[in-house]
Amino acid sequence: MSTATLSDSSVRPTRSVSTGALSGVGVLAVLVGTAVVQLAGGSNPALMVVVAGLAYLVLAPAVVLAVQGRRAAVDRLFTSLAWGSFLLALVPLVSVVALVVKNGAKRFDLDFLTHSMRGIGPRDAHGGAYHAIIGTLQQVGIASLIAIPIGLLAAVYVVEHGRGPLVSAVQFVTDVMTGVPSIVAGLFVFTFWVLALGQGFSGFAAALALAILMLPTVVRTTEVVLALVPDSLREAALALGVPRWKTVVRVVLPTAASGITTGVVLAIARVTGETAPLLLTALNFDSINTNPFQGQQAGLPSYVFAQAGQPQAAALDRAWAGALTLLLLVLLLNLVARLISRRTRLKG
Amino acid sequence: MAKRIVATDVSAYYGSLKAIEGVSLSIEPKSVTALIGPSGCGKSTFLRTLNRMHEVIPGARVEGKVLLDDEDLYGEGVDAVAVRRTIGMVFQRPNPFPTMSIYDNVAAGLRLNGIKGRQRLDEAVERSLRGANLWTEVKDRLGKPGAGLSGGQQQRLCIARAIAVEPQVLLMDEPCSALDPISTLAIEDLMTDLKDRYTIVIVTHNMQQAARVSDSTGFFTIDGPGQPGRLVEIDTTEKIFSNPSEKRTEDYITGRFG
Repeated sequence: MSTATLSDSSVRPTRSVSTGALSGVGVLAVLVGTAVVQLAGGSNPALMVVVAGLAYLVLAPAVVLAVQGRRAAVDRLFTSLAWGSFLLALVPLVSVVALVVKNGAKRFDLDFLTHSMRGIGPRDAHGGAYHAIIGTLQQVGIASLIAIPIGLLAAVYVVEHGRGPLVSAVQFVTDVMTGVPSIVAGLFVFTFWVLALGQGFSGFAAALALAILMLPTVVRTTEVVLALVPDSLREAALALGVPRWKTVVRVVLPTAASGITTGVVLAIARVTGETAPLLLTALNFDSINTNPFQGQQAGLPSYVFAQAGQPQAAALDRAWAGALTLLLLVLLLNLVARLISRRTRLKG
Repeated sequence: MAKRIVATDVSAYYGSLKAIEGVSLSIEPKSVTALIGPSGCGKSTFLRTLNRMHEVIPGARVEGKVLLDDEDLYGEGVDAVAVRRTIGMVFQRPNPFPTMSIYDNVAAGLRLNGIKGRQRLDEAVERSLRGANLWTEVKDRLGKPGAGLSGGQQQRLCIARAIAVEPQVLLMDEPCSALDPISTLAIEDLMTDLKDRYTIVIVTHNMQQAARVSDSTGFFTIDGPGQPGRLVEIDTTEKIFSNPSEKRTEDYITGRFG
């Protein structure tokens, strides 16, 4: 054991590398990146950015090491790594959104939002997703009406009332269901509802499949959020002579409301984009069908799938516009959820 | 409205673990009774058997008899919810409802028990907040969240919430252990005020506090790890702190043990 001393040779706090100097290192790294790629005979700008990033990861800590010492250099290295990972994670997100917006904007207009595909061939320029928007709203709406109450009540049972093996059973089954591929849910409804019970293809059948997919997410997230509500609040309410069920409804659920809303919206957003179950349950349809309980119905994902499968440019444009519509729908849903959870939280 | 509590041979269990054994004592109305003893001796557990909060914990159960005047709290057909409405409780850590305002926190017990009517609630809220010595501090911000108050104010808010449902007895489980000395003093003064109307039982680790606020004091202890807690003796506070009958009590109070 060496004796502890307050002076540490790895730290030189009196000297520091300025932001200006670090930007200099950044410029140097870009030059290195460009030079290396061009020397190797390439011209890919993405590759240059990657090499420049790696060069910065080496150069910046090296400069800091020379000026400030080891600890500051390690700090710089990991700060740069964290920033780098953040930017890397942003790349696919931003590029997907940018691509959908760019390609979708061509056909995303009032005409697209208010017309169906009735009588429109893949080559024709017009046509829209009105029927698919109706279908998606109905299918996801019905699925939510089924899955959210069941999911909430199941989670309340598990956290607030459940004892013994039934709780583990519910948890095990929800865990398994979380991993079920969406096409399996579609196949199940197809064989059970559409074929065995002879109910035929319909928007409602699609809603059933989506509800199966939503259920585990709702149960799991609600469970986690409810478990976060401190027991002291439950005890406070019980000690006031409030019955258990009222404690849950009036104290526990409101306290967990914003978390539950987030979980529920994530579940809805997740199933809104599901394609496989729709193809087996509602098929697709070119015309408007406002009755979810009878006959084939379009949905935005199956609409995009169908249009994207055509070779004609007009159909591909419609597919992109459909994808943009879907994206905006999910975005809108998230905004609404934010508003709700902000309102339920007490103004403080 | 204050009532007498008589416990006879009360034992409490957590699953198979026996936490307290054979506690018998009598708590006088309109007085403050303090329960003291080392950590883990079961004094909080005993307190929670007095309003049937013990059984809220999964696997927990109680044996024995607890009489409130002449009604057995554990008798057949007695509703635990009704018991808790009659015997209020204040916890160690202030636990106001985070989603509710100051007003709503105090009114919570009444509202959740189905009492409506703005005027009636307004009166109850003002009376309870005055009773908890908090009215002047919060009367201009009743709509603000209860969680925004200081620790001592939050605890007085919890006391206001507990007395808003007009219980007969008020149980306090180390109500000052999370508070600074000034807030502690405020709560102790409050206990002295409240004992005109309520029977108060307080669990405390602070022997000076027991000596300051209580009329009688009960001493709990355990013989060893894994053993159930027992009541060693209960007597007037003056006697316990000056001339206890049991040597173990004297050892604890003089600091020779625990």
